[in-house]
Amino acid sequence: MSVVELRSELRGAVRADPQPRPRPQLRSAGARGPRRGWHRWVSPLAVVLLWQLASALGLLPARLLAAPSQIAVTALDLVRSGTLPTAIAVSLERVLLGFAAGAVAGVGLALVAGLSRPGENAVDPLMQMLRALPFFGLIPLFILWFGIGETPKVLLVALAVSFPLYLNTFAGIRGVDGKLAEVARTLRLGRTALVRHIVLPGALPQTLVGLRQSLGVAWLALIVAEQVNADAGLGYMINDAREFLRTDVIVVGLLVYSALGLLTDALVRLLERRALVWRREFLSR
Amino acid sequence: MAARVPVPVSVPVDVPVDVPVGAHAPGAVQPAEAALATVRGLTRRFGDRTVLDGLDLTISRGEFVALLGRSGSGKSTLLRALAGLDEEAEGGLEVDGSVAVAFQEPRLVPWKRVRDNLTLGLAAPDPTGRADAALAEVGLADRARAWPLTLSGGEAQRASLARALVRDPGLLLLDEPFSALDALTRITVHRLVLDLWAAHGPAVLLVTHDVDEALLLADRILVLDGGRVAHEWTVTAPRPRHRDHPDLLTLRAALLSALGVTPEGPA
Repeated sequence: MSVVELRSELRGAVRADPQPRPRPQLRSAGARGPRRGWHRWVSPLAVVLLWQLASALGLLPARLLAAPSQIAVTALDLVRSGTLPTAIAVSLERVLLGFAAGAVAGVGLALVAGLSRPGENAVDPLMQMLRALPFFGLIPLFILWFGIGETPKVLLVALAVSFPLYLNTFAGIRGVDGKLAEVARTLRLGRTALVRHIVLPGALPQTLVGLRQSLGVAWLALIVAEQVNADAGLGYMINDAREFLRTDVIVVGLLVYSALGLLTDALVRLLERRALVWRREFLSR
Repeated sequence: MAARVPVPVSVPVDVPVDVPVGAHAPGAVQPAEAALATVRGLTRRFGDRTVLDGLDLTISRGEFVALLGRSGSGKSTLLRALAGLDEEAEGGLEVDGSVAVAFQEPRLVPWKRVRDNLTLGLAAPDPTGRADAALAEVGLADRARAWPLTLSGGEAQRASLARALVRDPGLLLLDEPFSALDALTRITVHRLVLDLWAAHGPAVLLVTHDVDEALLLADRILVLDGGRVAHEWTVTAPRPRHRDHPDLLTLRAALLSALGVTPEGPA
């Protein structure tokens, strides 16, 4: 969760609600609330202006941090020369591959563990132990096992993605209301129908929480992985720029990382809004 | 279709051992031809607490039975056993027909629209048409595509009744379904239940803690105590009933004293 969202959630919690809502914790941040006006742009713009001023006056040398105007020019150049689009494509491919593999593994294992006791006994202890490992600490091992090509980078992303999805999906399945399971029995639903109509849709909200967490951590894992011996991608571009003290290129790379992170987060929110429409109408009542 | 709830073969002490569980003990009153549900020697223990202790009960086809009892007397335990939700109840339990349940909270599946809640698990031709007909019957025709969380308490309870009735049950189990409704809504839902019962003719077992509700609705009122049916009254007053009917007033006093409540003076 980004700082901005966290803040808006805190504000939402403090703001007096005119009518009591039955389950306020169900609100998703940013889904509602009055539109923020122009005054929220004042302080960020002021910081950029001060930054530009400091650079122009020589208080902030370019080898420490380039001026905003210089960064904008560099960004345009990098786009025109094709360097930035290529780097983004390479990084995006790593994230997508890693995310897909991690999501399949995380959700798959959660289904195995969530839907049967033997499955839980087999899978859950292992996952709980593995999750205690600091996965960035695995990089040396990954390099020894998989070399320095694409494989360790993609696998690190996959590993990082699988845990939030596993934990949230498993908790979601186990958190499905037992009373609804009883209803399913009185409606003579078989096991397959029970899983399809009650368990999986019931676990979906928590799975989507896991999805958002895992996408956040996917970008983080990519950034770390790309610092290691990359010969293409955003991380490579940033590392390469460091060699030449090109702080403008570094900042462009960072901005692209955050833009991509925000973009995937927005995609998940769109997905949430569509998948949890039964809840949204209730909340906006 | 005879729905036989599988029960562990364990014979309560007061039933001769040579009698198969679920059959009628020799000498016991043979149920009338119209018997729909037969419970023999039903026992349920929670730890060392015995909630149902060799309970016998017969429900006839189309009969409206109300089950009263102090809290903890095992009313809901009996209902859950009849609904097939309790695998640890011991004794004989036979229902000749399908069973449907409306719970205290409506328990609609929140991610299914109202109509889809009705068609869930419904094995019948044209489920959608049947669901819409049932919704029209409970006055929810225009809410078929609503999400359950947007329904009012009364609407949700009516949808829950429709979900039970659309299955054409032989036995309709109602587990205090009116207790969470406000007084006005309760009156309209009472009428609705009587109308639906008259139209479809299922046997009804209504678990309630409300003496007046039992008096207004039921053909027969049972009071559960000590894990068995301790008292039983037949209510013959014609419907629609008014609570001031002299028979009902007499019965009310008897019921309250059976439930251990000192009745107030005459109104």
